[in-house]
Amino acid sequence: MENSTAEHAHASVKTYLVVAAVLGVITAVEVAIFYIEALQPVLVPLLLTLSAAKFTLVVGFFMHLKYDSKIFRGLFVGPLAVAILIILAMLALFGVFGGGGGAA
Amino acid sequence: MSETAAASAEMHQSSTGLPSRKLLMWAFIGSECMLFGSLIITYLVYRGRSIVGPYPEDLLNIPFITVTTFVLLMSSLTMVLALAAVQRNDMRQGKLWLLMTALLGLVFLAGQVYEFTHFVHEGLGLTTNLFGASFFLLTGTHGAHVFVGVIWLLTLFVLAVSGKLTSENAETVEITGLYWHFVDVVWIVLFTIIYLLV
Repeated sequence: MENSTAEHAHASVKTYLVVAAVLGVITAVEVAIFYIEALQPVLVPLLLTLSAAKFTLVVGFFMHLKYDSKIFRGLFVGPLAVAILIILAMLALFGVFGGGGGAA
Repeated sequence: MSETAAASAEMHQSSTGLPSRKLLMWAFIGSECMLFGSLIITYLVYRGRSIVGPYPEDLLNIPFITVTTFVLLMSSLTMVLALAAVQRNDMRQGKLWLLMTALLGLVFLAGQVYEFTHFVHEGLGLTTNLFGASFFLLTGTHGAHVFVGVIWLLTLFVLAVSGKLTSENAETVEITGLYWHFVDVVWIVLFTIIYLLV
């Protein structure tokens, strides 16, 4: 009897190795950017974009969400979207975007 | 339970036609997004509001944590290699990659223990300031998840060694992998928020 996991086409081992290499390179780029003074004004959007790229690669390829049922995608993306919206709402509420914070 | 019965239980499907255990794991991961979301909010809201030191910029060691981050990323690779091996019934490779994943998880945990110990020696405790409280709560919760994952992986390794884990149980390995990769993606976010956006 075939296992249900075999019903979905997963990525090949070669693809996994390529994804891992890309993840390593992105992490190295993130740290390099952190130390480059000239990039400080765009540091936040740059790092968040790179982090989101790594997140997407792991979820899409290693967790097989790219290949799996849309129901699994909904179960993950739905709560994730709610969590992100709540984070943004709370940050706005506490004045983090408007510079209301800061060390005392 | 006989092997046939075990395989039957392994493949139990829900009314959606999807494996019920995998469906449950994705629902659990969805709820975990909310849990870590709440802890991340707490950290971000309290960021830069400590009125006494030590402050993050005095303590955080970026090169060190980059290495442990890389270790955790590579453990995700070994986890998918373990799943691929079990699916093609190559249990020798499967055991090797499962053990490797657990060991990389232990290396990450050792790094976290070292970091926590260093911070405590530098005067940062759970009740020292807002940074200490939110940092230890967030990274400690993540570390507890890694610890659970390591125990889970070692259990699978023992089952594989004793011959109780075969390609018929590939779904069990896949579900373990989902949990492990989720722990990895949470760290991807925490690494950026805590260490790089100081």
